[in-house]
Amino acid sequence: MFPADLKYMESHEWARREGDIVDVGVSDYAQAEIQDVVYVELPEVGTILEQHKAFGVIESVKAAFDLNAPVSGEVIEINEELEDAPELVNEAPYDAGWMIKIRMSDSDELEALMSAREYQVMIETEENE
Amino acid sequence: MTEKLNRTPLYDVHKQLGGRLIEFGGWEMPVQYSSIIDEHLAVRSNVGMFDVSHMGELEIRGPESLPLIQKLIANDAAKLVDGQVLYTPMCTETGGIVDDLLVYRFAADRYMLVVNASNIKKDLEWIHTHSETGVEIENRSDETALVALQGRNAPQCLQTLTDVDISTVNYYRFTEGKVAGIPTVISRTGYTGEIGFELYVEARRAADLWAAVYEATNAIGGKPVGLGARDTLRLEARLCLYGNDIDETTTPLEAGLRWTVAFDKGDFIGREALIWQNDEGIKRRLMGFQMLDRSIARAHHAVYHKDRCVGEVTSGAPAPSLKCNIGLAYLPTEISKINTKVEIEIRGRLHPAKVVRTPFYQAPI
Repeated sequence: MFPADLKYMESHEWARREGDIVDVGVSDYAQAEIQDVVYVELPEVGTILEQHKAFGVIESVKAAFDLNAPVSGEVIEINEELEDAPELVNEAPYDAGWMIKIRMSDSDELEALMSAREYQVMIETEENE
Repeated sequence: MTEKLNRTPLYDVHKQLGGRLIEFGGWEMPVQYSSIIDEHLAVRSNVGMFDVSHMGELEIRGPESLPLIQKLIANDAAKLVDGQVLYTPMCTETGGIVDDLLVYRFAADRYMLVVNASNIKKDLEWIHTHSETGVEIENRSDETALVALQGRNAPQCLQTLTDVDISTVNYYRFTEGKVAGIPTVISRTGYTGEIGFELYVEARRAADLWAAVYEATNAIGGKPVGLGARDTLRLEARLCLYGNDIDETTTPLEAGLRWTVAFDKGDFIGREALIWQNDEGIKRRLMGFQMLDRSIARAHHAVYHKDRCVGEVTSGAPAPSLKCNIGLAYLPTEISKINTKVEIEIRGRLHPAKVVRTPFYQAPI
């Protein structure tokens, strides 16, 4: 459910590192909670992001939720498929449902995020509350 | 301080069905069981069932019932016969809407008012304030459960559970009979824009009724539907939601509910103000709009026309049956013409939209 090679945020985004590029999406838990993703608003390529600040929005039928940047850096690519097919976020949150690629400016930021295990514990703790 | 949320008699059933429960108007209600879009489309193409037991039921009895109701509501209850239902606003002196409700005539001296859950207390106080002798008012909300069955296959589905000939229950009519052996008020009303029924039963029989209707619904591929899809269904059908599209600051004339205002029936609370507004000309109107890009307007987003803020979205959502995003907003009359281009401010950016005809969706006949 939560691939071990990814890092996770408390706000349910995941980050996958490839060199100094980080792919970003939302976790399987988040897509299941949101359900029926009907719209994803993404930044333009070239936008400079700051860690933990909103870079976009994901919307369900009922509400809109911020998407937060797992690392600071520049947006070098966005998943344009999501414009026509936002449901990809539900169908394949770790693959075809990816959202943006960031050229990160500080890899320490990434290391400070949660591991899959830590993220799972966080969710289980929340659900038991 | 958090107030304890009300629960309907079907709360445990929703939990068993995996319904996701949210707070709605002081009630803990299922927003969805599976997916809002799937539930929405099930109602449009087949049948869906809803727990709407949070709605309020107020019984009005006694010889002075009709005069009281006529004073309270804008529509004309004198036209009702036994077994007939009327949709109406109940107005303030200034023409604002205290609540929108259904009036059921059981007998010339016995009526039931079905009111919004969040307004039960306010409505009761309002009604008591304006009532005189010769009438008894009883809040039967807690002892009454309400299950709605909506969709083109609702009649055949319901027919499998009752000896009442469902085909004889016409639109906005009701009858009393047994459904699955349970005494039920079978009302051909709803809040989805589809053919359908609302079934009033004693709260203690609610779980039995739900189980029977669930089995019949399930047997033909229908499903339970939460408040999420109820909202998108009613919006596509351009049915007003109290607290969003109408409230005490809006009048029925502004809200496109002129057909519910019986100016000629005699005096009622708010009549003078509404006549005055009608003579002056309606300054703003609740209009439907469609987004022209993929963005989604939501309640309280600002509406712009030629760089001027002209109003606010009152309801906005994706329309699963139409594959576009729609909404309602009060617009100045001069820019309320069909096809007028407006812009909706969403997260600091303006998105194009146009005024469209409503209802957005009409069920095929």
